[in-house]
This record gives sequence, structure tokens and C-alpha cells, in this order.
Amino acid sequence: MIETDILIIGAGPTGLFTVFEAGLLKMKCHLIDALPQAGGQCSEIYPKKPIYDIPAYPEILAGDLTDKLLEQCKQFEPGFTLGERAETIEKQTDGSFIVTTNKGTQHKAPVVAIAGGLGSFEPRKPQLDTIEYYEDKGVAYIIKDPEVYRDKKVVISGGGDSALDWSIFLSEVASEVTLIHRRNEFRGALDSVDKVQELKNNGKINIITPAEVTALFGKYQLEAIEVTKAGKTPVRIKTDHFIPLFGLSPKLGPIADWGLEIEKNAIKVNNALDYQTNIPGIFAVGDVNTYPGKLKLILCGFHEATLMCQAAYQIINPGKRYVLKYTTVSGIDGFDGTRKEAPKAVVKSIH
Amino acid sequence: MDQDVQIKIRDRNGKLHEIAAPVDMALNLMEVVRLYELAPEGTIGICGGMAMCASCQCYVLTDHSLREMQDDEEAMLSEAFNVKPNSRLGCQIQITPEMEGLEIELAPEE
Repeated sequence: MIETDILIIGAGPTGLFTVFEAGLLKMKCHLIDALPQAGGQCSEIYPKKPIYDIPAYPEILAGDLTDKLLEQCKQFEPGFTLGERAETIEKQTDGSFIVTTNKGTQHKAPVVAIAGGLGSFEPRKPQLDTIEYYEDKGVAYIIKDPEVYRDKKVVISGGGDSALDWSIFLSEVASEVTLIHRRNEFRGALDSVDKVQELKNNGKINIITPAEVTALFGKYQLEAIEVTKAGKTPVRIKTDHFIPLFGLSPKLGPIADWGLEIEKNAIKVNNALDYQTNIPGIFAVGDVNTYPGKLKLILCGFHEATLMCQAAYQIINPGKRYVLKYTTVSGIDGFDGTRKEAPKAVVKSIH
Repeated sequence: MDQDVQIKIRDRNGKLHEIAAPVDMALNLMEVVRLYELAPEGTIGICGGMAMCASCQCYVLTDHSLREMQDDEEAMLSEAFNVKPNSRLGCQIQITPEMEGLEIELAPEE
């Protein structure tokens, strides 16, 4: 069981800044995120895109913002459970919460801060009637262990980087790789596109474009797929695996069933005070919350996280009085033993 | 003087809305849908308008000539679901005076 002071769900910009603000108040944080890396949307959707409304940064790339936030909170030694989705929450008799992920990892904390953005990122599934039946029976949306595909027939669909990269990789592992895309053009790094072209020329990858997978067949296990080219008769192709790679999209997911008040696909909070939800001890900050006048901006998430930490402090240190300290005056004492402080002025007489 | 254009938008439940879209606020079609709350928050404009999701996909029902499709929109639509020949991403279409009388239908939620 992982124990911490504030359990943060979502390792996007708001979650990461919460670690810093909590650290100033001597509270330790642990973050859970469904993605395998920190940064949330900033690193998953648009790492190379600039943001212009971060105070004091006339322009910063979303990926760089993530790096800087990680750097800023580093001395407060946050823990991470990445690649796992927060699934259930249980209130304990001592007032704390236990949050369990889809992989069974348990976390205990007196305060839970949901900084979940638009929700957890889930693979986009093609709209085929029987696709759910074949999940784990030949259909997968994420490649966890490439060895599963050794000497098997594999069909990949999609036209982006992951479809290209996995086609290249699996061409060395699988007995047959077929890449199906709705257009003739692929969108990816130039190297990958050229490499796939080369593998196609050498007969290592079959490419079917512009086409779509329109049906799946097999009694107990996937045995074949149907491919349809625009305006042509559908064709059946035998395969052991079908891997649709259409990227990820965020879904509020299990958090929606935690008994929190939901409005407009977001969690209602008390914005007059501390961004607490209808369940005391559970807060929601950043894009995941809503209140009158809410703006889904990173800078608003930072503000909300800062105020939320004050309320968390009162829960974790009941009755203790707190007075605001400025980092410039008091410096920062990291949990790792480091100290940052303003250089002292020299006091010395001049003769 | 700037004026509004009248646009018809059929929402995902099939209801037709006739709305006035301002041309002077640099809005795109996705933002107009949000402005009038014609689709629930969190189900449209998920990526914020970068042509990096297809949550604002719509079908253009009239023959207005709209801004030509750029590479990123075309690439996104090629990976979207429920795509038709008249599919566009609302976030890539700025509201202009030429859009008077335009009619669109929101594509189903993925």
C-alpha cells in the first residue's frame, strides 16, 4: 500500500503544480495517471505546440512546460503510479481514502485531489459491432508484449506514427504484417514513412489503401477480417491479430461513479472556498472541475491547486494555524534535503 | 459594420437550431456550437481546436464554399469514425460573412 498526504489523480500541469504547493506546506504527494508519462494532455496531445498564456512565458511548448513543472516540484519527491487508471475509492473509518487502480495498486491518503483534466486517456476503438467480443481474443488497441505476435499474422490499421512504427517493428517479429489505412497518405515522421515504403517494396509489409476494416470473423478467436476499399467488393483476409491504432481520447471514466456531483462532464466544486467536492476530503482542480465562471485554463488550475492545498493542510494538521510565507523570504526546503534560498546581502563596513 | 450570419445546426439528437453566429469574434464552428451549448461540454472541442481529435466533426449540408481543408484536418478525418464525403472538423472553419444560410449536422459522438 502506497501512503501519502495528498493523492493526486492526474499528472498533468495542475497535478504537478499541486506537488509544489503542497511541498511548501510540508505535505507529500503521490500521483496516479493512466498515461505512461507525466504531463497529461500537454505531453500526450500537443507536446510540440506553443502555449502563450502561461504568466511570464511569452511562449512555451507544452512539452517544455511539463519538463519545467517536473523540475520545479522535484525536491518534494513526488511518487508516481503511471500507466494505471484510478478505478475505485473507499472511505476509511479514520477519514482517509483508499484509491485502487485498474491494475490493483492501492494508495492511501487523508486527502484526494482529482486533477484529471478531461479524464483518463483511452484508446479510440473502431466502430465495429463485434469488436468488443474479440478483445483479448486477437484484437488489442495497445501493444504490451510484442512477443505475442511472433510468427503470427497481424493486421494493423491507422495512419499515424504508432501505426507506422509498430508495422516496422512487427515486420521483424510477425510472419505477416498488413497495414490498412483509409487514405493513401500516412502522417508520421518522414523516417518512418520512408521505412514503411522500403519494407513494402521488399514485400515485408502489405499495404492496403485507401481501405477500411469493416468486419471481424472467427468463432472463439479472431480468424479473419473483412477489408473494404471504397467502391469495391469487400475482401476477407486471414489473420491472427488485429491492432487498430487510432490514438487516444480522454474519458471521465470511473471517476464519474465515485458519488461526486457531476455537471457538464466535470466535477462540481465549491469555488468560494477551497475547490472541495461534495465529498469532504476529495477536491477537484484544473480542467476536471466546474463552478460558475469556470475557465479551463492551465493558469486557473495553478490557482485552484494553491488554494486547495491550504484546505488540505487543515485536514492533515487539524487546528494548526498557518501563516503565508513567501518563497523569496523563507526559501524552499526540499524533502530530499536540498535548500533553495535567496542569496544574503553582505553586511560589511567600507573604510 | 460587422454582422451576424444565420446558421442552421442539427445537434446529435436531431434537433435543428437556427442561430446567429458573430463574424467579428474570430470564432470557428466548433466554438459556436459551444457558445450555444448545442453539445454537452466535454463531448466537443476536446483537443481545444487543434485538429487533433475529431470531436467537432460535422457534416456540411449546403454547398457553401468553405475554407479549403488543410493537411492536419485531412489527416485527422482519415482516422476519425463516421466520416462521410461532406465531413469537416468544425474547429477548422472560421465564421465568415459568406457562411450566411449554412447548414451543418453534428457527427455522432465517438
